[in-house]
Amino acid sequence: MEQNPIPAAQAINRLIEELSKLPGIGPKSAQRLAFHLLRAPEEQSKLLAEAILSLKQKITLCSICFNVTESDPCPICRSDQRDRSQICIVEQPQDILALEHTGIYRGLYHVLHGAISPTEGVGSEDIRIRELLRRLEDGSVKEVILATNPNLEGEQTAMYLSRLISPLGIKVTRLARGLPFGTELEYADDITLTRAIEGRQEF
Amino acid sequence: MSKPRTYQTEAIIIKKTKLGEADRILTLFTPHLGKIQAKARGVRRPKSKLAGHLELLTHSLVSLARGRNLDVIIGSQTINSFLALKNDLWLTSCALYITELVNQFTADNVENYPLFQLLLETLEQLSQMGNKELALRYFELHLLDQVGYRPQLRQCVSCQQPLEPVVNCFCPSTGGMLCPNCSPGQPPSYPLSVNAQKVLRLLQNSDFSMVSRLKIDAQLSKELERVMGGYLKYLLEREVKSAAWLDTLKEQIKLNTT
Ligand SMILES: [Zn+2]
Ligand SMILES: [Zn+2]
Repeated sequence: MEQNPIPAAQAINRLIEELSKLPGIGPKSAQRLAFHLLRAPEEQSKLLAEAILSLKQKITLCSICFNVTESDPCPICRSDQRDRSQICIVEQPQDILALEHTGIYRGLYHVLHGAISPTEGVGSEDIRIRELLRRLEDGSVKEVILATNPNLEGEQTAMYLSRLISPLGIKVTRLARGLPFGTELEYADDITLTRAIEGRQEF
Repeated sequence: MSKPRTYQTEAIIIKKTKLGEADRILTLFTPHLGKIQAKARGVRRPKSKLAGHLELLTHSLVSLARGRNLDVIIGSQTINSFLALKNDLWLTSCALYITELVNQFTADNVENYPLFQLLLETLEQLSQMGNKELALRYFELHLLDQVGYRPQLRQCVSCQQPLEPVVNCFCPSTGGMLCPNCSPGQPPSYPLSVNAQKVLRLLQNSDFSMVSRLKIDAQLSKELERVMGGYLKYLLEREVKSAAWLDTLKEQIKLNTT
């Protein structure tokens, strides 16, 4: 008969198992992190656990732009410093971080939470397009900047949105093609992104 | 003698899946190795030199190194990026649909050179084809030939008699047509107009140039789409996902689809 593993090892294994589910963390790194936490003061583990828990408890999606936020509407949607005549469309909340980091864009955002990907079964109903169209209804938005990823899905989503939005009489622009094709916005550096926003072209 | 550690092949990228933070697993359709899966490292980052050469719907010359589980892509040079397709919403969607079919109807590592040729030719010609819907039907019929499901369109699959020029039914579960005498009591099937039967036979037995020579109206186009879609769905035992997107585009946006 097999012996039960000792409880201490069980707790470690559980942590390693959970950690290795995180992106970029293999079993080896998960092991290193787990043993680091085991040796570190209890306070550190407490803070980490609290930070992880509050992420799920406090963070929601902004009901206007669908960015992640602690307060609804999010600070960008609430701010009177932002230009309300421009909306920049991105695929993921991480893309807003990248664009905000450049400091050059002063308009509002809209997060689609994905891109159209027909072969994966992701169509227009599966991302936040209907909510975007509702935001465009009152006529206050004069320009929509399509900042979906410079890859096939992002381009396809941009072409589709352009077909929907152009007939509304709103100017539709696309980030300049400085971003190499096949890649993702999130990883672009500030200079490339700044140039892409400045050099955006009517689409 | 052991296999060399690296090798090179032409390939059309037919599917990509995210892996970890910046990698992808790509599905390549090749002339002589059939469908293969390979890992592409770092291709989601803008600094990647490979990304542009490994995007979906790209015909590339790919270098791979044999890996323990998956082979790893170490180089890629674009042969044709099919830009005319990628700059057009409807064409991109059509092209994604045919690559999904290729992926669904093939198994890994089985050579199918004629199917590679068919896929390549369709991607090359799609932007020039007059009627894209007919081009899709042509592709479906010839794909079925290459994967062993060629539908029987000339004689009744039950009584073996040649079909009369009347409404006959296509029956997915028998893989062919049933004459009016044999269709009662048979599994669900699609009644086909005389013209629909003619067009299917013509497409099945001709080369790509036929697509440009045929002229069909919207109703006939719909009839052909329905019967082929029904047969494909029967064979795959599931929906072709990107077909739903083609329908959405046709409904929502007044695209010139023909
Ligand atoms: Zn917001
Ligand atoms: Zn019969």
